Amino acid sequence: MTSTVRTYLGRLLPQLIALTIIIAAISIIFPGFLNLQIQNGRLYGSLVDILNRGAPVVLLAIGMTVVIATKGIDLSVGAVMAICGAVSASLITSGHSLAETLLITLAVGILCGIWNGILVAVLDIQPIIATLVLMVAGRGIAQLITEGAILTFNDPGLIFIGSGSFAGLPMPVVIWLVFGVLVALVVRQTALGMLVEAVGVNREASTLSGVFTPVLLIAAYVLSGLCAAIAGVIAAADIKGADANNAGLWLELDAILAVVVGGTSLLGGRFSIAASVLGAIIIQAINTGILLSGFPPEFNLIIKAAIIVFILVLQSPRFRAAFAFVSIPRVAGKPTEREAK
Amino acid sequence: MQTSSDNILSAVRIEKGFPGTKALDKVDFHLRRGEVHALLGENGAGKSTLIKCLTGAYRRDGGSILLDGAEVDPRDTFDAQRLGIGTVYQEVNLLPNLTVAENLFLGRQPRRFGMVDTRTMNRKARELLAEYELDLDVTRDLASFSVAIQQVVAIARAVDLSGKVLILDEPTASLDAHEVAMLFRIVRRLKARGLGIIFITHFLEQVYEISDRITVLRNGQLVGTRDTSDLSRRDLIAMMIGRELAAEIHSARTEVAEGRLRYRFRNYGRRGRINPFDLDVRAGEVVGIAGLLGSGRTETADVLFGAHRADSGTAEIDGQTVDLSSPRAAIRQKFGFCPEDRKTDGIVGDLSVRENIVLALQARRGWTRPISRAEQNRLADQYIRALDIRTPDREKPIKLLSGGNQQKAILARWLATEPEFLILDEPTRGIDVGAHAEIVRLIESLREKGLSLIVISSEIEELVAYSTRVVVLRDRTHVAELGGDRITAHQIVEAIAAANEREAS
Ligand SMILES: Nc1ncnc2c1ncn2[C@@H]1O[C@H](COP(=O)(O)OP(=O)(O)OP(=O)(O)O)[C@@H](O)[C@H]1O
Ligand SMILES: [Mg+2]
Repeated sequence: MTSTVRTYLGRLLPQLIALTIIIAAISIIFPGFLNLQIQNGRLYGSLVDILNRGAPVVLLAIGMTVVIATKGIDLSVGAVMAICGAVSASLITSGHSLAETLLITLAVGILCGIWNGILVAVLDIQPIIATLVLMVAGRGIAQLITEGAILTFNDPGLIFIGSGSFAGLPMPVVIWLVFGVLVALVVRQTALGMLVEAVGVNREASTLSGVFTPVLLIAAYVLSGLCAAIAGVIAAADIKGADANNAGLWLELDAILAVVVGGTSLLGGRFSIAASVLGAIIIQAINTGILLSGFPPEFNLIIKAAIIVFILVLQSPRFRAAFAFVSIPRVAGKPTEREAK
Repeated sequence: MQTSSDNILSAVRIEKGFPGTKALDKVDFHLRRGEVHALLGENGAGKSTLIKCLTGAYRRDGGSILLDGAEVDPRDTFDAQRLGIGTVYQEVNLLPNLTVAENLFLGRQPRRFGMVDTRTMNRKARELLAEYELDLDVTRDLASFSVAIQQVVAIARAVDLSGKVLILDEPTASLDAHEVAMLFRIVRRLKARGLGIIFITHFLEQVYEISDRITVLRNGQLVGTRDTSDLSRRDLIAMMIGRELAAEIHSARTEVAEGRLRYRFRNYGRRGRINPFDLDVRAGEVVGIAGLLGSGRTETADVLFGAHRADSGTAEIDGQTVDLSSPRAAIRQKFGFCPEDRKTDGIVGDLSVRENIVLALQARRGWTRPISRAEQNRLADQYIRALDIRTPDREKPIKLLSGGNQQKAILARWLATEPEFLILDEPTRGIDVGAHAEIVRLIESLREKGLSLIVISSEIEELVAYSTRVVVLRDRTHVAELGGDRITAHQIVEAIAAANEREAS
């Protein structure tokens, strides 16, 4: 048992270290950064803010992780966020109940996932091209729904999702925590995780072993669509309106980056949802830190890129190999179990 | 008297360790000019690792390499090529998306005015392959050709690159007798030119046919180097496995009681891959499939397993028509299939040995019913022991196992599903003598348990040993069937030849 905990922590170690360093660096410059206060039964502070602001990317990263594990990629998630934000706004303003609104919105996200999944799994189109279709068309669809304007609403229920709180935490944080744990549990307590990894590593061999690859691939894109739908609702609820032009803009790139920073290979295979979530939080922490530092905005992206390159170098096999022989004692000399027999 | 200048390549005290394994333990290896030197040993003995250390594909931990008496240190495989060492690695490592010609001349394309001169390159490629009696469209992607042809292309490239040394790591595994003979002619020619040739194989006949000396490795250590002419087959095997082998494949055939007819395929086939055939398989029967390369052996297996859906005919099990249109459907009927090309169709490289072994069973149970970790461990350990898969532990990524051990793990994957109808496409490819006999015994014990097996093999002796019936293929058609006393190596070869003569006449 303790050994599984240890391997788990071992997997997350680079991300945890990176996050600690970034937060430590920011808090040295801004001593108040680590402060947390409770007001009206709700937690406030920059750290909470990072978790809250990061919600959409965290959610997208959860779905993206599974898609990337299948050796795919989903470029459409930003556009799907826009579609789903628009759908929820237009439903709620046209008098639908909150429950109806949410259900239909999530269904739309799932539908988008099915579309992507069919293109990839059944028609065998390369994922990057297949999802590009919806990435381009999606924003147009969202604009059609909002009729080009920012569709505002004031339904307190929907707004609560963006700015309410539960158990002292902002709603978006509660949502991604619960959803993330749920997905991770489903994936790891069933055989899904292993089957997804097998398909990602060698689709042909998996199919020949009886893995139902098409369904698995579609399921991965559906999860991604569902994540994008939730993220879209949160983003819309946050600004009390659906902005088809800007909702989720470029967030697919942040989500992919989060997965990569989380150490899941774009070549598919082994994945960790927890690591991707950490990756998303790292990215958000960098964003917040740069924002706080008051650098002129044109530096932001460059600094962000530099930090990310640094993290990627830390993870690269070459870098690790170069340091492995320093830290890990040679085991090669020991006889193996078999030889000892 | 032996002077060091006779050696074109010397490796001294080569060491290489991987986590949990000492793959090479101070191994010495000397290759003379103009000799064919066989490098032998069990699966996982360290043969491929030694080669990779010599060519710089792996960084060695210790030891030195002398080429022509001068110390060399190839940093990577390109460096080794520049030094005149041409290598065919065990796993074909060409680029499937490039054309045959591009693969042959990768990194040294003929140029004209600074541009790749495709015309000249294609012409040279055709000339090069003509030596191997291969006449193919060199402008097609390599991936569109069979493994065997890819293998020949890899050999042609390596031979062309080898100014001083040619290294062949199991080059003949997927070749048939004809192509092997051709390869040997070329090897003899290179030998006469004074090249040193290292040859790794598990086919002992080939060792005795072509090699001058033999070096044996066991568990990463050097056992010894002998002249081939002074070493009996028995002693050689003892050197390899560290004990006497109880018996090599006994060609003595055991008669089997007729089981009941279970599987009936009628007019079964797929256009463009295999012509419609009829096939009956009884319980407790091994149907061997013989034929030259490209005769439709693998295609027969593919269509039986639903890897390529049959477009004609029917399949019945115990009198009931069944659907075998996909691997999943076939697995539901308790079919299992070890494919020929283990790298692309077999192993899931990054996953562990354990996960690879339980994969098919898990897929059949469905994702909602995961096999518990304890059960996975038990299954993996059981088969690692039963098939003697050499791995430090079950969590090692399967791609890091030696070729023969990967093959055994794929076999384990299917045995774990407790199949009733098992299709094995070249099950002993790349498997060492000891394990070879084990697998033949395994096939026999599975048959005794009442399984029905289809076994495809290029090794006719082996087919004779375990088949209760042999189907002979030619030109993607089932042309003959031999049963009972007629299953002899001679008869099978006759049948293949007769089939070809008929075509010629
Ligand atoms: N990259 C690697 N990482 C870890 N272990 C490795 C690696 N490559 C080889 N090994 C281990 O080193 C040992 C020797 O492997 P090697 O491939 O040299 O065997 P081999 O003699 O070529 O066997 P075969 O006949 O099956 O091809 C094996 O135990 C294998 O698992
Ligand atoms: Mg090998």
